[in-house]
Amino acid sequence: MPSIAVTVVGHDRPGIVNRVTAHIADLHGNLEDSSMGLLRGHFAMTLIADLPDEESMQALEDRLAPLRDEGLTVSVIAVPGEEPHDPGLLARMSVHGADRPGIVRGATDVVLRFGGNITGLSTRLGADLYVLTADVVFPPGTDLAAVSELLQGRMSELGVHATLVADDEDVL
Amino acid sequence: MLPVVTAPGDVLSRRCQEVSADDPAVVALAADLLATMAVSPGCVGLAANQVGVPWRVFCVDVRGHPKTGADHGALVMVNPVLVSATRKERAREGCMSVPDFTGDVRRATRVTMGGYLPGSGDEIEVVTDAFEARALLHELDHIDGLLFLDRVAGPHAVHPRQTYR
Repeated sequence: MPSIAVTVVGHDRPGIVNRVTAHIADLHGNLEDSSMGLLRGHFAMTLIADLPDEESMQALEDRLAPLRDEGLTVSVIAVPGEEPHDPGLLARMSVHGADRPGIVRGATDVVLRFGGNITGLSTRLGADLYVLTADVVFPPGTDLAAVSELLQGRMSELGVHATLVADDEDVL
Repeated sequence: MLPVVTAPGDVLSRRCQEVSADDPAVVALAADLLATMAVSPGCVGLAANQVGVPWRVFCVDVRGHPKTGADHGALVMVNPVLVSATRKERAREGCMSVPDFTGDVRRATRVTMGGYLPGSGDEIEVVTDAFEARALLHELDHIDGLLFLDRVAGPHAVHPRQTYR
């Protein structure tokens, strides 16, 4: 059963999600993880789905072709199965301040220096404020206080405020 | 009504200083905070550094809000100290100092907070829940130099504000 990744980007309008997912369902595919949202008003969607056979992938391509004709950028690619990541130290990073080039690069430089893996990241730009939030998994035993200190120093040089805290996963 | 400082603003990112609750300047600030909060649509809390004053003073008033459980009316706290905070729940909140965004934040819904009343300097302890608990913790964060953006529940927990500005 092949896994596929479908991406759709373009001018937002009602019905895009419904049409894409209806085609997958009609082909007896199973929608797994997905992320959808508006980025500066542009619709952006990435989803992973399982299809019953190789032929279904071409059929899905054909069914999604009208979306391309309507100006949306659509891709369908086969993706290999992924093994779960090794468990690590989960942390949440927040950076906010006046927008300027280099904030994401500077923050991710610090993460990389400590061997951290970014598992989720979102940035938002308001009228006067740039906001970055990320989930990061560090190798077990990482000194998060040291990461936080370096991050705050680097971000302070850029004139923005940063926090990095261990993310608690309460089991209730 | 005092002008509200919006992020990025240095005064919002620094821990505020303790003050004397019976200082006339603190009493005047308390009145100004209450007045500014009262005329700001949707505002249920305001900290001193949101109006540019780096003091450990804030006000809350959650009366009439649909999420309110316990409430203590229009309340000003000076030099507040968190005594206990339990039963975290996630909810979306906004802030006058962050006009473009809202965020999903996990905060305690049972809170006990100590502090002092402006003017009399009487020591008080507020035991509350639900929305007032969230408001108190949000304002306490302000005077500790933190915005809700520092506490959002992950990379997809910051949202463009849909309503009032």
